Parts: sequence; structure tokens; C-alpha cells
Amino acid sequence: MDLLLQQLLTGVASASGLFLVASGLTIIFGVTRIVNFAHGSLYMLGAYLAVSLIDLFGGGHLGFWGGVILAMLAVGLIGALFEITVLRRIYQAPELFQLLATFGLVLVVQDVTLLIWGPQDLLGPRAPGLTGATQIFGLRVPVYDLFLIAFAPLVLLVLWLLFNRTRWGILIRAATQDQQMVTALGVNQKWLFTGVFFLGAALAGLGGAIQLPKGDANLHMDLQLIAAVFVVVVVGGMGSILGAYLAALLISLIRVLLITNAQLTFGGIAAWQMELVSMFLVMALVLIARPWGLLGRREVASDQRSGTPEPRLRPADATLRIAGGLLLVVLLGLPWIVGSYFLSVATEALIFVLFAASLQFLMGVGGIISFGHAAYFGLGAYGVGLAVRHWGMSMEVALLAAPLLAGVGALVFGWFCVRLSGVYLAMLTLAFAQIAWSIAFQWIDLTGGDNGIIGIWPPDWASSVTNFYYLAGAICVIGLLCLRHLAFSPFGYTLRAGRDSPLRADALGIDVRQHRWFAFVLAGVFAGIAGGLFAYLKGSVSPETLSISLSIDALVMVLLGGVQTLTGPIFGGALYSVLKNELISLTNYWRSILGLIIVLLVVLFPQGLAGAAESLRGRLGTSR
Amino acid sequence: MSRVLEVRGLAKAFGGVRAVRGVDLDLQAGEMLALIGPNGAGKSTCFNLINGQLQPDNGSVRFLGRDVVGLPPRRIWRLGVGRTFQVAATFASMSARENVQMAFLSHHRRLRRLVGYAGDAYKQEACDLLERVEMRALADRAAGVLAYGDVKRLELAMALAHGPRLLLMDEPTAGMAPQERRSLMTLTSEIVRKEGIAVLFTEHDMDAVFSHADRIAVLDRGEKIADGRPEEVRRDSRVQASYLGSFGAQS
Repeated sequence: MDLLLQQLLTGVASASGLFLVASGLTIIFGVTRIVNFAHGSLYMLGAYLAVSLIDLFGGGHLGFWGGVILAMLAVGLIGALFEITVLRRIYQAPELFQLLATFGLVLVVQDVTLLIWGPQDLLGPRAPGLTGATQIFGLRVPVYDLFLIAFAPLVLLVLWLLFNRTRWGILIRAATQDQQMVTALGVNQKWLFTGVFFLGAALAGLGGAIQLPKGDANLHMDLQLIAAVFVVVVVGGMGSILGAYLAALLISLIRVLLITNAQLTFGGIAAWQMELVSMFLVMALVLIARPWGLLGRREVASDQRSGTPEPRLRPADATLRIAGGLLLVVLLGLPWIVGSYFLSVATEALIFVLFAASLQFLMGVGGIISFGHAAYFGLGAYGVGLAVRHWGMSMEVALLAAPLLAGVGALVFGWFCVRLSGVYLAMLTLAFAQIAWSIAFQWIDLTGGDNGIIGIWPPDWASSVTNFYYLAGAICVIGLLCLRHLAFSPFGYTLRAGRDSPLRADALGIDVRQHRWFAFVLAGVFAGIAGGLFAYLKGSVSPETLSISLSIDALVMVLLGGVQTLTGPIFGGALYSVLKNELISLTNYWRSILGLIIVLLVVLFPQGLAGAAESLRGRLGTSR
Repeated sequence: MSRVLEVRGLAKAFGGVRAVRGVDLDLQAGEMLALIGPNGAGKSTCFNLINGQLQPDNGSVRFLGRDVVGLPPRRIWRLGVGRTFQVAATFASMSARENVQMAFLSHHRRLRRLVGYAGDAYKQEACDLLERVEMRALADRAAGVLAYGDVKRLELAMALAHGPRLLLMDEPTAGMAPQERRSLMTLTSEIVRKEGIAVLFTEHDMDAVFSHADRIAVLDRGEKIADGRPEEVRRDSRVQASYLGSFGAQS
């Protein structure tokens, strides 16, 4: 009993940091409708800045708390600056572009942090006067835990007062309800948004600074935290601060219970192995029962689509056929033109093109946004890895395991995902990718954990760079042609019907949800094929193939090429993967360059490169 | 004549608001029944209850003798009920012909086919149907760029594709110019009379109602206060008092 109480206290304490960051994210989303991927980065910056500032001021009371508060304000300013320079230009762009812009910031912050503070983890300073432990009900509880337990409700109270008792807060709440009306009432919405971003970012920074006495500042804390924060925000209900607190409590308690009872097993699986998975399972369960979260409001789905309708799809004309033929000839002749290094770069590019095309099928044709498409790529790779490691299968058979495992994964995850829409759907796809990642990361017996599975090599006949290039290339080209055909098949049309007007589709006897589910599986299968090939290309499988950043890579590829162009993934995928390869070989700071490129692309071409090309063509057309 | 639709005691409340209270409706094959009433009378709610988009708290809806309460709209469609919307809903990224082809693909249960081209399926049938709604010339236009009157015709064609026995039309002429209204309603009544399709429609435009409806049912605050031939309804004192006051004075 005592033990349980102690665990509960630890859980409540660790919920506080999570809540601070999540409250910032949920406030920003509630008002601006932007899902800020960089929120984990702001949290990381808060931690690093606080370490440096406290170090500078000395560790006294004033030094510590002064450092924490200054770090909080500095992170708030950074957030506001980002809002003014980047986000302000793209509020009208599709939400995916906003997400990408914030992910660009993630990459930049990672490198800047590395540049300033170096790769070592920085141990957090103790909070003066709050060190040691105290006795409560005969239990030894760290004093700082008690502080944290009290701190979160205090912040909750302050935020409540801010939003309910100040003019600014009331305007913010009004903007959350109806942005247009607030503008019509003469409120300068621009600065309202900037203010919200300042507040949200400052809360993230405070979260990073306040957790220091219990932890450290390290370079992985951004993406480690962001997934948990997304879960908290979604479980609590997007936009609900109190919901975020309840969800942070729920998630933290479950995690603490699983970690501290690590030795318990459920059906052969140790409790600690379920720690990461548990959080995403909670999210999936909550979303099934309450698709808008614990305290969120139901989003009213409207059939009235904003903006221009999706363009028509036309079968390949003569020009496209000739271009495609030429491309094939170039691909066939490539081994004679380039060396083996570039040939393996080209192999990788082809694999990513197939991966991107499978996502384009889901997003462009099906209208289903996925933030976690790497799940199926990675499941494909692990399908191969597990088949080789546990059953010693040959490549010919193991490559079939890739689409199989990915397809099964998509079947299970998709069943949940197609029940949601909009931002909740996107978050759920991300959560499922993280579930897959957690399993790969924590179920070491099965997957090799962080080290992954190595020694996945093609048989002799396919082992030379050239032969593997031809093999992978042939499979990818066939896959691409299949995906292209699907868009024109009755099934592809059915998907587009459900995307264009779910209302009309339903009134024509179409079960939109069921067809979307089927599309999910198909997209998963093709992503799985790409993942399987990737495993053989690299000779190994690691949790990296399931990571958030790979999911984002796929999104960038699709958006580069244009979500609604069937040929888009070919350009986007090839361009992005070659560019990334080149950058990595050129500089250690490739992340920030990539991040800056993403941000620039989004700001300069908010409709995507294909959209920009389209409007350029339109302009040239009218001037002629 | 056979009874196509039989609605009994239909009721629906939203919170404390009783939007529809015990409405009965009957509809024979080939008959056009207009459902009218002032704003907030419960027309749209009635419609959505019959169509399956809302579930009634009470009452029954029988289509060709079969109870359809609880079925989703897509199942009701499969039984032979076509539907057009107040704000026309079509597939904007497809051509007019492809829109109609979708209806045929669904009717023939070809939606999940992965092989073959959707653009080649039921092409002739789709063109014939577009011909009947006088849209043949616009078959290759994207639905998203059609004039609104043409979108309405396209919707009608899609609703007719599976040979429905009942057509539900929610304000078929809303948002249209007077000239277009008349021609759409004339076209609709020609088609449905030829094919013996029953039509239930709501409408604000009294011209359209009185020149095309065989019968008119009048709703007021969720209750049916009159049901009969146009001239009977026009003379009904309750109707005049509650709704047609100004209209009655005009005529």
C-alpha cells in the first residue's frame, strides 16, 4: 500500500512537466489551429537555457528561480519570433504545411542546440531549498516532487484566471470560438496569435526548466517528449487545458506503475516493456470511446470543403508516356553511367519514391492524412528482419513477409484511424507509428531493441550493387505503376468520391469508412514493400525505420511533389532522398539546412512546388 | 397505385426542442408530395429522419412496406431511394459523366474493383442519363466548375442512376434563378411521372410547389397541420393563418 502511494506521488509529480508543455501546445492549437511539432524543441531549449542561466547566476535561490524564469521568457520570445517570421505567412495554407514548417524548426533547433551546448548531456542543477526528501505518512518523498505536485495545479489556476478574468484571455477564448467574428469586432488578430504563441512557448520552456532538478538537458528530449505531449493533448481534448492536466496525470500514473512494477509480466510481456506502448494504447482507447478526447469539443464535420476543389486526374498523355519511357531508359542504363556509390543512392531514392507514392495514394486519392506512415515502412523492414532472424528465411520469401506484416499492421491501425477525421486522425496515425516504434525499441528479445537486427543480406545473385539496384528498381517501378493504376480503377474513384463529398458518397450507397480502411491497408502494403527492400539495401533494420522523422520525410516528399499529382512522389521522393544524402555527406549540420529548406519551401510555396508550377503555368498561359 | 412511403408518428427532439412531433405521411408511386412550412417547422429534420441521417425518437418509416428506421443512408439508397441535397453535393474533382458513372459503379457493386478503368465503366449508360437531364453537352466538364443549375441537374441524374422508386429532394431549387427553377422542376416532374417515381420534396418557392406538387403537406412547429391537394391546402384556414397568410392575400 505504501509502495503504491509512493508510486502515485511520483506519477503525479512527473505529470507536472508533461502538463506544462501540453498546456502550451493545446493553447496554441485551440486558437491558431496549428499543431506545433516544435513544442518539444521549445521544451528542450527551456532546459538548456535554464542550465546555462542558472550556471551564470550561481545556484542560489535568486539564481535558480531567476534562471528558470528568464529561460521561460526567452523561449516565449523565440516562439513569438517564429510565429511572426514564419507561421504568420502560412495561416491560410493547408494545415500540413504548417506542421511541416514547425518540423523544420525542430531540425534547426536540434542543430543550434548541438552547436551551442555540444553533444554531452547536461546534468540539471538542484533547486535550492527543495533538495532531499521528507517524511509523509511514513513515506520518504523527494521534496522537489512535492513542489512539482503543487506547481501544476497552480499553473492551471493561473491559466484559468488568465483566460477567464482578463480581457486578453476573453479575447483569446472568443478567437478560439470564432476567429472571423473576433476580427470583425476590430481586434488585431495578428498580435493575439503572437501573444498566444509567446504564452504557449513560454509554458514549454518553463516545463523544460522546471524538470531539471529531476533530470538533465539532452539532445533527444525534444522528440522523446513531443510524442507524449501529443498523446496528452489528444487524450485531454485538443484545446482543453484542464483536459491536458487530467490526461497528463493519467498517462504519467500508468507509466510510473508500469516502470516501478517492471518485473510483473502479462502474458509473457514484462510491464516495463509496455511503458511506452501503454501511453499510445490509452490514446487509441480514449479516441475510440470519445473521438474528441476527454474534455474536448466534438469537431463539427462539414461537407463544405474550403478552397479549390482537388484537380481532376487524367490518364497519361503522349508527353507523359514519352517522359516515363525516357526515365525508364535512363534508369536501365544508370549502372553504366554512375559509380556504385551513386547507384546505391539511386536504389535508396527509388525505394523512397515507392514509399512516398504509397503515402500519396492515401493522402491524395484517399484524402486521409497520415503523420505516421513510417509505421508501415518500418513494419515491412521488420517483417524482413524477423523472418531472417527468427526463421532464417531466404530473401525471396522474406520479402513477402514485408508487405504481409505491414498489411496486417495497417489492417489493425487503420480500423481505428478511419473512425476519426482531421487533426485527431493525424494524431492517431502518429500514435500508432509510435506504438510500432515502442515495440521495436522495448521488446528487445524479439526485435533487438535499439540495436535492431543486423545481417540481412541478399543472396549472391542479388548481392552486387548493380543487381540489387535492378531488383529493387524493378519492384519499385512495378509498385509505382500499380499505385498509379489504382487511382484510375473503380476503387480509386470510390476513394476520391469519399474524399470529394462524404455526404454524396453516402447517399450513393458508398460505405466511405470501409473503403478508406481498405485504402489504408493497400497503402500499408506498398509502404511495406519499400521497407522490406530498404532492409536489404542497408543490411539491417532499426527502430529508425519507424521513427517520426521518417514519417515526416515521407510527408515532405509528397508535399514537394504535390499532394494531388500522381507523378509528384517521383520527383519529391527522388529529389528529397538524394538531397538528404548529399547534405549528410557534406556537413554535420545537415539537419538545420534541411530544416531551413523546408521552412523556406513552405513560406515561399505554400501550395507546394506542384501548386507553384501550376500557377506559373496559369500565369504564362494568360500572358500568352 | 401502390404505396411507396408510409411514415407514422415520426418524432424527434433536440434537447428540449421537439422539432418533429408525430408526423404521418403517405406517398404513392408517381406522386409528388411537397413538404412545406415556415423556417424551423421541421421540414429538414423530417427529411433527414426519412433519409436515415437522423434517428427518430419515435415512429416508423416504411419504404415499400419495409421498416427502414435505423438503416444508414447508404443502405436506404440501396433499397431504391434517391436523394438530392439543399446545397448540391457532387464529386468536384470528377467530370459530370464520371459523377454519374460513380452512381452506376455503386449500383452494380463494382466499387472495390482494383482492375480496369472507372472511366470506361457504364460510359454509355451515364451519357444516356445525362442526355435525359439535358446535360449531355457538358458531360466532360469537371463538376466543380459547372454552373449551379447544372450541378443540380447532375445531382438529379446521379439520383436517378439506380432506378429509384422514391426521390427525396431537399429544396431542389434553392439558390437558383427563377428561369432555372422552372425548367428544373418541369424536367423533374416529366421524368418522375414517366417512370412512376414517387417524389417527396421540400421547397420555399411557392410557384414550384403549387405548379408541380400533386399533394402538399404543411408543417408548423413540428406538427402536420394540413395535407391535401394544392387547392385544398390553399383554402385551409389554419394554413393561411400560420404560414400562407401573405401568400393567400396575394392570390
